[in-house]
Amino acid sequence: MKIHNTRGGRVFDAANYVFLSLIGIITLLPFIYVIAGSFANEAEITRRAFFVWPEQFTLGAYEYIFSTPAFTRALITTVLVTLVGTLVQLVLTVTMAYPLAKKNLRGRKLIMSLVVFAMVFSGGMIPTFLLVKDLGLLNSYWALILPAAINPFSLIIIKNFFQELPAELEESAKMDGATEIGILWRILLPLSKPVLATFALFYAVGIWNDFMSPLLYLSDNNMWTLQMYLRQVTAASDLLGTGNVDPTYIPPEQGIKFAVIVVATLPILIFYPFLQKHFAKGMLIGSVKG
Amino acid sequence: MTAPVVEAKASERAATTPPAPARRRGFAVHFAHYKWLYLLLLPGVLYFAIFRYGPMYGVSIAFKDYVPFLGVNGSPWVGVTNFTDFFANPDFPRLLGNTLILAFLNLGIAFPLTIILALLLNEVRLSVLKRTVQTLVYIPHFLSWTIVASLSFLLFALDIGPLFQFVNSLFGTNVDILSDPNWFRPLIVLQEIWKNTGLGTIIFLAALATVDQDQYEAAIIDGAGRFRRVWHITLPGIRSTIIVMLILAIGQMLNTGFEQIYLMTNALNRSVADVFDTYVYFVGITQGAYSYSTAVGLFKSLVGIVLIFGTNWLSKRFNQSGLF
Repeated sequence: MKIHNTRGGRVFDAANYVFLSLIGIITLLPFIYVIAGSFANEAEITRRAFFVWPEQFTLGAYEYIFSTPAFTRALITTVLVTLVGTLVQLVLTVTMAYPLAKKNLRGRKLIMSLVVFAMVFSGGMIPTFLLVKDLGLLNSYWALILPAAINPFSLIIIKNFFQELPAELEESAKMDGATEIGILWRILLPLSKPVLATFALFYAVGIWNDFMSPLLYLSDNNMWTLQMYLRQVTAASDLLGTGNVDPTYIPPEQGIKFAVIVVATLPILIFYPFLQKHFAKGMLIGSVKG
Repeated sequence: MTAPVVEAKASERAATTPPAPARRRGFAVHFAHYKWLYLLLLPGVLYFAIFRYGPMYGVSIAFKDYVPFLGVNGSPWVGVTNFTDFFANPDFPRLLGNTLILAFLNLGIAFPLTIILALLLNEVRLSVLKRTVQTLVYIPHFLSWTIVASLSFLLFALDIGPLFQFVNSLFGTNVDILSDPNWFRPLIVLQEIWKNTGLGTIIFLAALATVDQDQYEAAIIDGAGRFRRVWHITLPGIRSTIIVMLILAIGQMLNTGFEQIYLMTNALNRSVADVFDTYVYFVGITQGAYSYSTAVGLFKSLVGIVLIFGTNWLSKRFNQSGLF
């Protein structure tokens, strides 16, 4: 339909376009400032209030952070925990979703209602903490992976996806003598690659961004993840007295903070196009069936 | 005449409630047939039993005096003492006030802004611009609160941060925005807007796409301008979506977001920064008052449930549509 545009309408359109462009730019500005700042020297950061391009390029901040064991350890740790954690969480979710997609499996409805109940109610921070402690998982990286291993929401979407695949695929495989596990591995998983990639990415972002779990479960500074390290570097000082900041702490130069933020943000920005492609669909499925 | 009836009844009974052994055998056969599927199901079921239902059982310590070496089961029952202690504590009104003020600020500012942004995006007919703006404003949602807090620390850094200088010159003041209690709430709402408003528009944009286009044509023929069309057609068209999102938001009201508040809390702003979520952490984890803090957490969840059912009831009463 072609809407006839009045003069007032055109003025509104122009103002709207300008306004939305500004919103987009303002959203982006903090990143640009931080990226520019990470390549600038200390004097420039202090002298110039705001800039999107450093006068003098320097890699000093990056050279410094990559030379400190605390940062490199946190970075490597976080990458490894994210990779292993994503794999564990995805495998657990898929192996649970597949049997639940079988309509004639007894006990399926009961388990599904327990899953939905767990979506609405949770034990909360302290009982979960005590459980992790009783399981001996304090100061273990499993504490960052296992308590949130299966996201009920992702489980339900993957289950629904398996259900919607044509049943003939499985039937013909069964006639050829394939086992249930064989069907899952050789037929269903190759078909669900895009879906699995999406949820793998969601799990990975969840682990990478997680601050609460390491705060609760890791008290050993040497085990800190990147988010914990970032918090220590950027917080002005330990005003809280929570003991979560090293007592021998000396506030770092601004440029170092900029560089650490860039490193912690980079993976998310790299994967963002993939995330953006899928999350809209995911959110809408959730809003319909959730 | 009676015999067939009895027979029929007996067969009917057999059909509806088969004898127990047969049923058990049926399940055994079923189980044997699907043993691989049950095996695949096992890790997931164990996960839910341990990590989801375990803590729900652990909530019982809210009614106990939890002693670590006695465990959840061995600790003595104390009734509702933990709850009465909390309500009598001067912290309680302060926490409730802080939590509610932040919740209402988010609900009153961030929520309408999401709808307005969605409406403005919906009016854009230049699809390149629309897609570009959407791509940009969705990004912050995927960043951690640690990064959002760190960005705030840099932008508002004392004396040298660009926004520190901007805001202070705007108001002709010279305050440390990061530690001034008066600035805590605006800062939290600002972060929330920056991080989540963009992504929040997705649901509303999807709803806007379903509004009947013929109504617009009719309205144009009747001479309705741009704003009247939005007011009389667009907004009523997405009313049910707005109500559902509002109910969900109200249900989440007391969940102020632990990570965000914790990261922005410091010794100078605690009078306004302490909310239920962070209080549970400080009292429970750092001070070891496990039972008391579990009671606080449980109270918060119960209020959340009451809020969500209450709002749903109200919206059904006044408006026909509800969430469930």
